[in-house]
Amino acid sequence: MPYYVSPEQMMKDRADFARKGIARGRSLVAMQYQEGIAVIAENPSNTLRKISEIYDRIAFAGVGKYNEFDQLRVLGVRAADLKGYQFSREDVDARGLANQYAQMIGQVFTHEVKPLEVEILIAELGKSAETDQLFHVMFDGTVLDERRFIVIGGDPESITQHIAQSFSAAQSLQECILLARSALSPSEAPLTAGDLEVAVLQRNANRRCFKRITETQLATFLD
Amino acid sequence: MNFLQFSADQDPGANFGELLKRVGLSPFVSVPQSILEDMPHATTCVAVRCSDGVVMGGDRRATSGNLISHRGMEKVVQADDFSGVAIAGAAGPAMEMVKLFQLQIEHYEKVEGQSLSLEGKANQLSMFVRNNLPAAMQGLMVVPIFAGYDNDINQGRIWDYDATGGRYEERDFVATGSGQLHASTVLRVSWRRDISTQQAVELVSRALWEASDADSATGGPDLLRGIYPIVATITHTGFTRIDDTALAGIYNAITTGVQQR
Repeated sequence: MPYYVSPEQMMKDRADFARKGIARGRSLVAMQYQEGIAVIAENPSNTLRKISEIYDRIAFAGVGKYNEFDQLRVLGVRAADLKGYQFSREDVDARGLANQYAQMIGQVFTHEVKPLEVEILIAELGKSAETDQLFHVMFDGTVLDERRFIVIGGDPESITQHIAQSFSAAQSLQECILLARSALSPSEAPLTAGDLEVAVLQRNANRRCFKRITETQLATFLD
Repeated sequence: MNFLQFSADQDPGANFGELLKRVGLSPFVSVPQSILEDMPHATTCVAVRCSDGVVMGGDRRATSGNLISHRGMEKVVQADDFSGVAIAGAAGPAMEMVKLFQLQIEHYEKVEGQSLSLEGKANQLSMFVRNNLPAAMQGLMVVPIFAGYDNDINQGRIWDYDATGGRYEERDFVATGSGQLHASTVLRVSWRRDISTQQAVELVSRALWEASDADSATGGPDLLRGIYPIVATITHTGFTRIDDTALAGIYNAITTGVQQR
């Protein structure tokens, strides 16, 4: 028997569903440091990545359902590589990508049976720290343009507060990772190198600025 | 920027060339005979295995018939951190092929999350050469050399190709292009199994010199404009181009030697 559901209720149900799915996962932090942008995620897996490279100066990170944000990642790499091939490498920018992601995620949120249970981050390294860009795309397609640092997924409020207290854009990579660890760690025990996934967009790099920090390197930073 | 979505049977996966085909941007097209006569052609390239890896080299001249169309062509290019491509043949399709090859390697690495093996890259290039076969039949031949440092077995490796995409791994050295015969004779005479990287750089420079001395489509060192052949080493530390000051020294020694013959 057909029954009526108000649009407000329908949107609320979908949002609650997506939020619940995302909250089950862990948070992820991206912040500026002395030489670029660092992205730090809690991720015990060494093969299923949350953070990855999209283009020369653009990084992608996702929280929520792995298969969903991984699909989004591949779409982003394709769109960026095609645009760079067709025009020039400088023409590929994070803003265009973030808008495209927002359209697609928003479309799925309103039209499909199930909304995507993901939130994503698109970071673009500028020529200087002032022109760095951090975009946060939410499960309903909302895009937020953040400065200095960004927290997505899990329990973002308390982590944001924690980071805001001691954040400085002039921090070294080590300070940055330590800050992120203390913000992401549960109160009982701090996260170890094996629990974290860290990648950076490094300003002094040649062309491809995206670099992963290996577990061994990470362990030396955390000592 | 547009997100392209494909059905499962149309999905190009990590293959950038296939992706280009799906969106109608593939550069591999056949060309009418009439426009082929004045196409710039690029010439001698060599690659040599040495103790630390490989050394690649290529002259800088492109010719259209009997005219010199470019003096500064870069025919030896870095493909990724541990490999390089040297290309001889029709300049337009050759440069496009190199660009596409570099993109393919990077695209694969980003989509799959790990880079192709050296053998995989060599195979990929062979597919590009094969795709170019219709154009090669009409005269737009592209014959690359692919060389790199294989981190799995800790040694340099070299492949050369024919126009049909045939891929041949060479144990010692290889030369391609119109000056191939002269360059490979020099290599054949002087190459030793235990040749050091520095000696290999000198040998490659020498081979290019002899090729340019005997083949009009190969350029020698252009002292007037300060243009030297491109010579690069690929070792466990990666791809390094030898700078022009060092090459100037090597060519100075070669010309002095030739004067005293």
